[in-house]
Amino acid sequence: MKIVNVTHGSFYAIGAYAAASLTAAWLARGYPPMLSYVVLVVAAIVVAAPFALFIERAILRYLYARDEVVILLATYALFLILEDVVKLIWGVNPYYIAQPYALLGSFQVAGMAYPTYNLVLVAAAIFFGGGLAWLLHGTRAGKLLVAVIHDPEVSRAMGVNVGRYYLATFVLGSLLAALAGAFTAPTVSVVPGLGVEVIVLSFAVVVIGGLGSLPGAALGAVIVGVVRSLSVHYLPQVELFVIYFVMAAVLALRPRGLFSLAEPRKI
Amino acid sequence: MKRDRTVALVLGSFVLLAIAGPWLPQWAMFIMTVAFARGLVALGLLLLLRTGLVSFGQALFYCLGAYSAGALGRFFGISDIFVEMLVGGAVAAAIALVLGFLLARYRGIFFGLLSLALSMILYGLLVKTEALGSTDGFNILPSTLFGARPGPDWVRYTVLLSAAGVASVAALLVHRYLQTPLGRLAPAIKDNEIRVEYMGASARHAVHVKYVIAAALAGIGGALAATTVGHIDPEMAYWTTSGEFIFIAILAGTGNVIAPFVGALIYGAIHTMAYDVSPNTWQMSLGAALLALIVFLPEGLWSIAGRLRAQWR
Repeated sequence: MKIVNVTHGSFYAIGAYAAASLTAAWLARGYPPMLSYVVLVVAAIVVAAPFALFIERAILRYLYARDEVVILLATYALFLILEDVVKLIWGVNPYYIAQPYALLGSFQVAGMAYPTYNLVLVAAAIFFGGGLAWLLHGTRAGKLLVAVIHDPEVSRAMGVNVGRYYLATFVLGSLLAALAGAFTAPTVSVVPGLGVEVIVLSFAVVVIGGLGSLPGAALGAVIVGVVRSLSVHYLPQVELFVIYFVMAAVLALRPRGLFSLAEPRKI
Repeated sequence: MKRDRTVALVLGSFVLLAIAGPWLPQWAMFIMTVAFARGLVALGLLLLLRTGLVSFGQALFYCLGAYSAGALGRFFGISDIFVEMLVGGAVAAAIALVLGFLLARYRGIFFGLLSLALSMILYGLLVKTEALGSTDGFNILPSTLFGARPGPDWVRYTVLLSAAGVASVAALLVHRYLQTPLGRLAPAIKDNEIRVEYMGASARHAVHVKYVIAAALAGIGGALAATTVGHIDPEMAYWTTSGEFIFIAILAGTGNVIAPFVGALIYGAIHTMAYDVSPNTWQMSLGAALLALIVFLPEGLWSIAGRLRAQWR
């Protein structure tokens, strides 16, 4: 959508909190633990969707005509608001739900124990990435969306309901962020400030990959993940900023990211 | 042509502040001095915004200025306000000169995110540097002026007056700069960079110069904030600090060089009031204020002045 959306971090946090609190409640009641995965997903979607719908309908849709930077600032403002909303709803105490993580057990790879949950996460990521690619390139709605992003005015002239596509895209993106939060929730303790960390990191991912490119985002995520793990292993002092270093280096060599598309010049 | 009252306005405000200063309560002086520091950074952002660039990494130079001032006190025992500001600005400008060779090629969102990355690198470095206090930062020596230490009742006033003086000079210089050919290129680059190149001007050079000026201003602001608050920590380089500065610059609008200082003052007031009214949800109040501004006042607070003037005629 050509929108740099800072509220994405908030949706990640909302998803994580919703999943953590509701799954904990589910398990506390003694319901079957295997179903907690379903609760995890449903909780994130059910809680995050109203937020996303409200933000798009009530605020963002009035701002699409404005500068990209203005929209960025608006989402930053929303991010500040949501950050406190999250604190008001869930408080400042950390949430832990380790059961879904421990439940799947672990298996042996080359003599090391590896948690099965992480493997499931990788599978989920590939599933969602593939699904998104199919949605964008394989369906009528997805192709129309690409057209709408490229030129909203012409699309409108052709009879496309542009507003609805914007809404759908924003909600879908936000729900993906919430799901990511929900999937991560069992592996970490859910604390305030979760959103701040993840948003800058995901910006680094998409910038390294090239804005608006799916394979770019996937590759960017892999690069960021690998570089971070390597630095934790070999050079823990630089772990905090190594991502930004990589991002600066990639931009220095390829100014618009790895998988950037050609841009027409405006004369 | 419209008469330009900016110079008279700047000098008038300075004289007024100098006279009224001694009667101000201590807390008001503190808020105003910090506002001047933030205003200086926002003034640099104004230059960049007029060029169509949003730097999400001005905190880099703010922090550099602050740590330069801190290092002066810690390693050389110097605590003179003007030396601190001078060194802070110089260090920031020198770093910006080097980084500018890389950054001047970027526009739009990439400029913003690359500058953000650079400031986060500094944040990471400072957090890991034990010699400079790691995450705790360290305290700064009490401010002195030309070797003299003002009495306890007068410290705040002296610092405030120095801040106001430096801010006035900076505002006037930037105002003058915007009227030079190089300064006038700013809106041209924002509108259409390729045509600027056709006319024989180098957009990259113009951006580089503006970037260095903005960095120097941020460095001075950082040094000023350091000596006022008396403590510095790596949080000053975190990206949310840059967000604050952009908030101020947008809040104020880019219409006039005085706007950033007015914006910083109002930001300080909103911030303080939000803390006072709702200590636990001040972010929410701040976010709501910013959102309201973006929706209802696209040109910033300064545009109110223009509208009023239009009505009087």
